[in-house]
Amino acid sequence: MDDHWSSAAHRHFTAAGVRQVAYVPDAGLTRLIERCREDNAIETVMCATEEEGIGLAAGAWLGGHKSAMLMQSSGVGNTINAIASLITSAHFPLFTIVTMRGQWGEGNPWQVPMGQAVASVLQAVGVKTFEAQTNEDAGAMIEAGLRMAYSTDQAIAVLVSQRVIGSKVWVVGEKEGGR
Amino acid sequence: MTGFALHRRQILKAALADRGDTLFVTGLGSATWDLASLGDRPENFYLWGAMGNSVMIGLGIATSRPDRRVVVITGDGEMLMGLTALTTIGARRPGNLAICVLDNERYTETGRQPTATGLGTDLAAVAAACGFPVTATLRTESEASRLGELLLRTPGPVFAVAKVIDEPLPMAVPPRDGGYLKTRFRTALLGEAAATLP
Repeated sequence: MDDHWSSAAHRHFTAAGVRQVAYVPDAGLTRLIERCREDNAIETVMCATEEEGIGLAAGAWLGGHKSAMLMQSSGVGNTINAIASLITSAHFPLFTIVTMRGQWGEGNPWQVPMGQAVASVLQAVGVKTFEAQTNEDAGAMIEAGLRMAYSTDQAIAVLVSQRVIGSKVWVVGEKEGGR
Repeated sequence: MTGFALHRRQILKAALADRGDTLFVTGLGSATWDLASLGDRPENFYLWGAMGNSVMIGLGIATSRPDRRVVVITGDGEMLMGLTALTTIGARRPGNLAICVLDNERYTETGRQPTATGLGTDLAAVAAACGFPVTATLRTESEASRLGELLLRTPGPVFAVAKVIDEPLPMAVPPRDGGYLKTRFRTALLGEAAATLP
């Protein structure tokens, strides 16, 4: 069995009955997004900005679907009012996976301030955060976080460290969009 | 801009007379008061905050319940704040979703300041450019008589803008406890057991 955290995440989505997955693409989420897009039991919704995914999650739950929101740490800043005003005030369950930038070995200074603020900003609006430092952590936290979100009507974020995903390194002359 | 002829609550009341069990989401402010003025019901999920999110909540409901009609009623200010969602909805094209913007070209709740819809932005044209197959801007009584058909029966996604008079109306205040509104909506849609068990 593929032991990449993305594969574990997809298995846990299936086991938990996740039916809608909202995402804004990130290199670290590529594999999980592909798994979800290939899965006929999951409706994937590509969002233009992360705030949209919060509204989608609330709507999905109103209609009876569990969901997951996938985003990069920079996008967390775009979600805060929607989480505070909608998810926290109406006690909606929310499950999100955040792939981190601006921490372990970051090479882009513009990513550092938001990346460093992610956990405390999410916590300030009522989100419980699990910080995964290893591939195994990520899988286990996604399973536990999903269960907690939908058993206790809480907002849960699993932050997957740059140490798990790998740091991005810029080299002059390399092709854009490569990994 | 001059020439507004439509009264928001009159056209809404006429359009939604046979709404049946249609599921509704309203954008905060006037749209929430407007829908509440037609009578409170569990299938109405009113926003009291989360500005800019109404149509994505509508998309989430429409995606989970393709067998049910979902109508989002909102204002021009709320729609402008969540404009990116039109690209997302245009890419998916849910047939059971309709959006109605009651456009008075004002941020009514904050003191009637002008919005961009009176200064150049054509919301229906934006929706059409995002891939909505059905869009309309209604300005006259005759045009507004199409609103019910557009919102309740026309295969979507539908995006209908009604240019309405900027008029002070009495507030109709629905329940404001979000947890209550959420559970009441889910109970009406899913039944009590499914709505209250994880």
